[in-house]
Amino acid sequence: MKKLINKPDAVVTEALHGIAAAHADLVNVHFNPNIIVRADAPVQGKVGLVSGGGSGHEPMHGGFVGPGMLDAACPGEVFTSPTPDQMLDATKAVNGGAGVLHIVKNYTGDVMNFEMAADLGQSEGIEVEAVVIDDDVAVQDSLYTAGRRGVGTTVLAEKICGAAAEERQSLSEVAELCRKVNANGRSMGMALTSCIVPAAGKPTFDLGEDEIEIGIGIHGEPGRERVKLAPAAEIVERLTRPILEDLPFEKGDQVLAFVNGMGGTPLLELYVVYNDLNRLLGEHGITITRNLIGPYITSLEMAGCSITLLKLDDELTRLWDAPVKTAGLRWAA
Amino acid sequence: MAGVAAIESAPEHRMSVAYDDVLRWIRKFAAEVEANKESLTQLDAAIGDGDHGINMQRGMSAVVAKLDAQAGDQDVGALLKTVGMTLVSTVGGAGGPLYGTLFLQMGTAASGKGELSPDDWAGALEAGIAGVENRGKAEPGDKTMIDALVPGRDALKAALGGGATFADALRQSAAAAEQGMRDTVPLVARKGRASYLGERSAGHQDPGATSSHLLLEAAAETWGESE
Repeated sequence: MKKLINKPDAVVTEALHGIAAAHADLVNVHFNPNIIVRADAPVQGKVGLVSGGGSGHEPMHGGFVGPGMLDAACPGEVFTSPTPDQMLDATKAVNGGAGVLHIVKNYTGDVMNFEMAADLGQSEGIEVEAVVIDDDVAVQDSLYTAGRRGVGTTVLAEKICGAAAEERQSLSEVAELCRKVNANGRSMGMALTSCIVPAAGKPTFDLGEDEIEIGIGIHGEPGRERVKLAPAAEIVERLTRPILEDLPFEKGDQVLAFVNGMGGTPLLELYVVYNDLNRLLGEHGITITRNLIGPYITSLEMAGCSITLLKLDDELTRLWDAPVKTAGLRWAA
Repeated sequence: MAGVAAIESAPEHRMSVAYDDVLRWIRKFAAEVEANKESLTQLDAAIGDGDHGINMQRGMSAVVAKLDAQAGDQDVGALLKTVGMTLVSTVGGAGGPLYGTLFLQMGTAASGKGELSPDDWAGALEAGIAGVENRGKAEPGDKTMIDALVPGRDALKAALGGGATFADALRQSAAAAEQGMRDTVPLVARKGRASYLGERSAGHQDPGATSSHLLLEAAAETWGESE
């Protein structure tokens, strides 16, 4: 294992200290339990947005804490759900009297820990709602599994709901908006190489020199199929077709196209993917009116990408364009 | 009066568990988790994410450290709640909320009690399992810890209802949990990360059912002996 670390079991703590030192203007980092909280929290009268999950997906979620996006993030150990005491502390820290929304990715551990935290928060008199994001079309047969995984749409939901909360929309309105984003977003990912969890020290899965995994999860969970390496245009088609068929996206739709890097793939290649995606969607009569390209929901050093499409309307477009100021996403009005 | 003579000559049967007995059970479970850490993790590596033994060991050693540090107030309910909250904040994953809820709900059922009668224990176990079912939404046959806990609970209640001694009822409860654990082998998982494997999850024993069997086995071994 070659990594820029000091001690495998100190990676998360040392990175949190780094975040605290780098972004003190935006966030405060609390330890034991570990939470990253917007520096000016709680914002009175504003719905507080809390998300969280295992570490190793940076900048998600800690890099999205700040005005216009999340109020707090709960980082777990690498690829391990955070615990309810973290989520409860975060919930209390961001409660400005208008309630708190938990944005939860659909993994069994994340969902149950957030449910416990919501129960604990409510028992302390805080109004808490939770929305579970489950946008990964690689996972099928939802009746007999824990359901679809939450991936790229999470980033878009955090941005869009963050903007709505800044407008002082109510808790039920922001939660409804979050469900709308989830209902209109679909994703699928692929891996060129495995990732290495620091504490494990070896690749999570083995992939041959000329093989790729289509439908990979963000923790290296197996996908739909393992196939031979192919040109980017073919891979883009393999990822995009199931996304288009699932919602379905149709001729005349306007979409936000999010080409996400898994951590080990250069931006140059992500733009190659974007070019192929733009052409493919054009052939289907679908117009990309907004885009996001870069590593935003990563899987340590995994090479690969994911594609997320979100069907846009005027409301979602307006909220996407609203100003945001976080370490990971930042633009002015 | 043969019946009276038989009762008078029978060994003293345990009629309740005291605060210190509950403490011994928790410590016994912690020791069993420690001893089975590797095998629990290997079971999880086959169909999950390979951390169940590591996570449970981290949680139970935190529980033991907490119990060592605090003077008990002899309230069994408070003790069980402390165990639950410690597991919730140290185990993580799905095991933390599930085992945390099990102990928290048992603690609520036993709130304010200085000792547990056999019926108190059955009631606490029933409340704990109801909490796990509510939290995890799993049903018998989904290949989860429920598949060991529910048979264990049902055997306990049936044995107590049939007039068995507490020790016998505990042994029957542990035996039923063991059978339930073994019966998870052919099942196809419908909950948790194993569910993503679909048919490939069949042929493996469920790690959660395995640790839940250890819990009821620890109760039988700790409380099952005659006083």
